[in-house]
Amino acid sequence: MSAVSDAGTPPVLEVHDLNLWYGDFHALKQIHMVIQACQVTALIGPSGCGKSTLLRCFNRMNDLIESARVSGRILLDGRDIRDPLVPLVTLRKRVGMVFQRPNPFPLSVFENVAFGARVHALAARTGMAEIVERSLHAVGLWDTLKDRLRHSALGLSLEQQQRLCIARLVAVQPDVLLMDEPCSALDPIATGKVEELIRALKARYTIVVVTHNMQQAARISDYTGFLFLGEMVEFGPTGALFTNPRDPRTEAYITGRFG
Amino acid sequence: MRTRPAQNTAATPHWRRARAVQRVAFVALGLSTGLVAVTSLVVVGIILARGAGGLSWEFLTAMPAKGMRAGGIFPAIVGTLELVGLTIAFALPMGVASAIYLTEYAADTWVTRLVRLAIVNLSGVPSVVYGLFGLGLFVIFCRFGTSLLAGALTLAIMTLPVIITASEEALRSVPMSFREVSHSLGASRWQTVRHTVLPLAVPGIMTGTILGISRAAGETAPILFTVAAFYLPRLPQSVFDQAMVLPYHLYVISTQIPNIPQTQRYGTALVLVLLVLALNLSAVVLRARFRRRRQW
Ligand SMILES: Nc1ncnc2c1ncn2[C@@H]1O[C@H](COP(=O)(O)OP(=O)(O)OP(=O)(O)O)[C@@H](O)[C@H]1O
Ligand SMILES: [Mg+2]
Repeated sequence: MSAVSDAGTPPVLEVHDLNLWYGDFHALKQIHMVIQACQVTALIGPSGCGKSTLLRCFNRMNDLIESARVSGRILLDGRDIRDPLVPLVTLRKRVGMVFQRPNPFPLSVFENVAFGARVHALAARTGMAEIVERSLHAVGLWDTLKDRLRHSALGLSLEQQQRLCIARLVAVQPDVLLMDEPCSALDPIATGKVEELIRALKARYTIVVVTHNMQQAARISDYTGFLFLGEMVEFGPTGALFTNPRDPRTEAYITGRFG
Repeated sequence: MRTRPAQNTAATPHWRRARAVQRVAFVALGLSTGLVAVTSLVVVGIILARGAGGLSWEFLTAMPAKGMRAGGIFPAIVGTLELVGLTIAFALPMGVASAIYLTEYAADTWVTRLVRLAIVNLSGVPSVVYGLFGLGLFVIFCRFGTSLLAGALTLAIMTLPVIITASEEALRSVPMSFREVSHSLGASRWQTVRHTVLPLAVPGIMTGTILGISRAAGETAPILFTVAAFYLPRLPQSVFDQAMVLPYHLYVISTQIPNIPQTQRYGTALVLVLLVLALNLSAVVLRARFRRRRQW
């Protein structure tokens, strides 16, 4: 697999020989993949195959799990994310995460969006309003919420909450957005809207999205990786993977024979 | 939930026995609960009946007179409030800091388990032992003398286990997902604690602290050797001064001085009870408001 994309631009993320164990359990096995800038990469596979685990490797969220042990390399713009010279905080500022369940803080809409920006001291107090406005614009919430900035975020609909969580992330000006089944708590209409948002965000962000839903992967992604029992069985352009899978296991999965 | 199987067994002796046992259990539980309520009502009732007559503006704001047989209990009230305030000032930061360390930072090793064990033990130590400990450490060794400072430190150590336990519980009740999001946004561990976890735990911490303090406010043994003065003609001027405090004052006028009017004694008791009651009530109100607001 070439480390350079067709367009000749270097990939944002490269994964080499990645292995992860939870205690004795070998959860990720020899993962290789590259993630291109401003593209949507989908990770699919049956439940428990390691999609979330892989995603959490990209911003080192697995560091929070005591039993997890990692080997191999993940390069962000060519630099190992575990390089002691790159502080974890810097990595997480560049590579942020949206979770499965919308999880806004029990604070106002404004404070939610401002949270990360405050943590990274991205604005003097005067600039914060602007950051919040820009971030809410980016996720299509500004017009609905501009008069409700002081209201609690917990009063929003689930779709709005998930958008707000994306806005909260966008506010810290990351490069890579990791999304772990961002639509699985949403109804079909809300799902469609969030998918639309993901496609729109692609213009500016590199997106890696985990999904259970193959149609969703086909709709929104440019590249797809199929994980099975901790192995990256197949990785390639979404169209090719779905129409012409090379591995029999991939074919079995996408034709619905298991999972 | 009386579904068909239950009706089928309704006639069996086994089922009848179970019902009888249940009746007895209900009665026993009800009686115990009633006894608790009645006891506390009787205690408060007697104190109220005998002390209310002695309660007056003068009683609350005047210095004692005629060898404490008359006049007010102003210095004891002030001393108690100062002591309680100082105790909170010492115990709250230390207790919250320990709880944060134990829940948010410390790994689960034998050392932290030992610390937890120590905290549990600390809460089981009789209050008079705290008094002696305070006398030895603060009054004598640290040379603070019998003073507000020594007393507050002693009470602070006594309330620490309550505050730590309550704070730990409050911190733990904050869902992990909030910590995760905070970390994923690049917040450091401290930023996560400071801006995400702690604000959500504050109501629980306050409730626990108030309950701990209200317990301490009524104790006599720990202050006996560390702060309490039999009688002082003036209010304490600094933390190095002795002070009159309500529980000890009550002890003194009840046992050490003959021919004290009943209203004087029960009036003092009433003020002490009301003070503690007010503290507990504020904790209850706080907890109720917090419950209603919590939405995750
Ligand atoms: N903290 C952990 N400790 C131990 N094992 C874990 C831990 N987290 C996940 N696992 C195991 O690792 C495997 C991969 O989990 P992971 O959550 O990455 O799967 P997933 O593909 O995201 O599944 P799902 O589609 O259900 O979300 C599973 O077998 C799971 O049981
Ligand atoms: Mg998952």
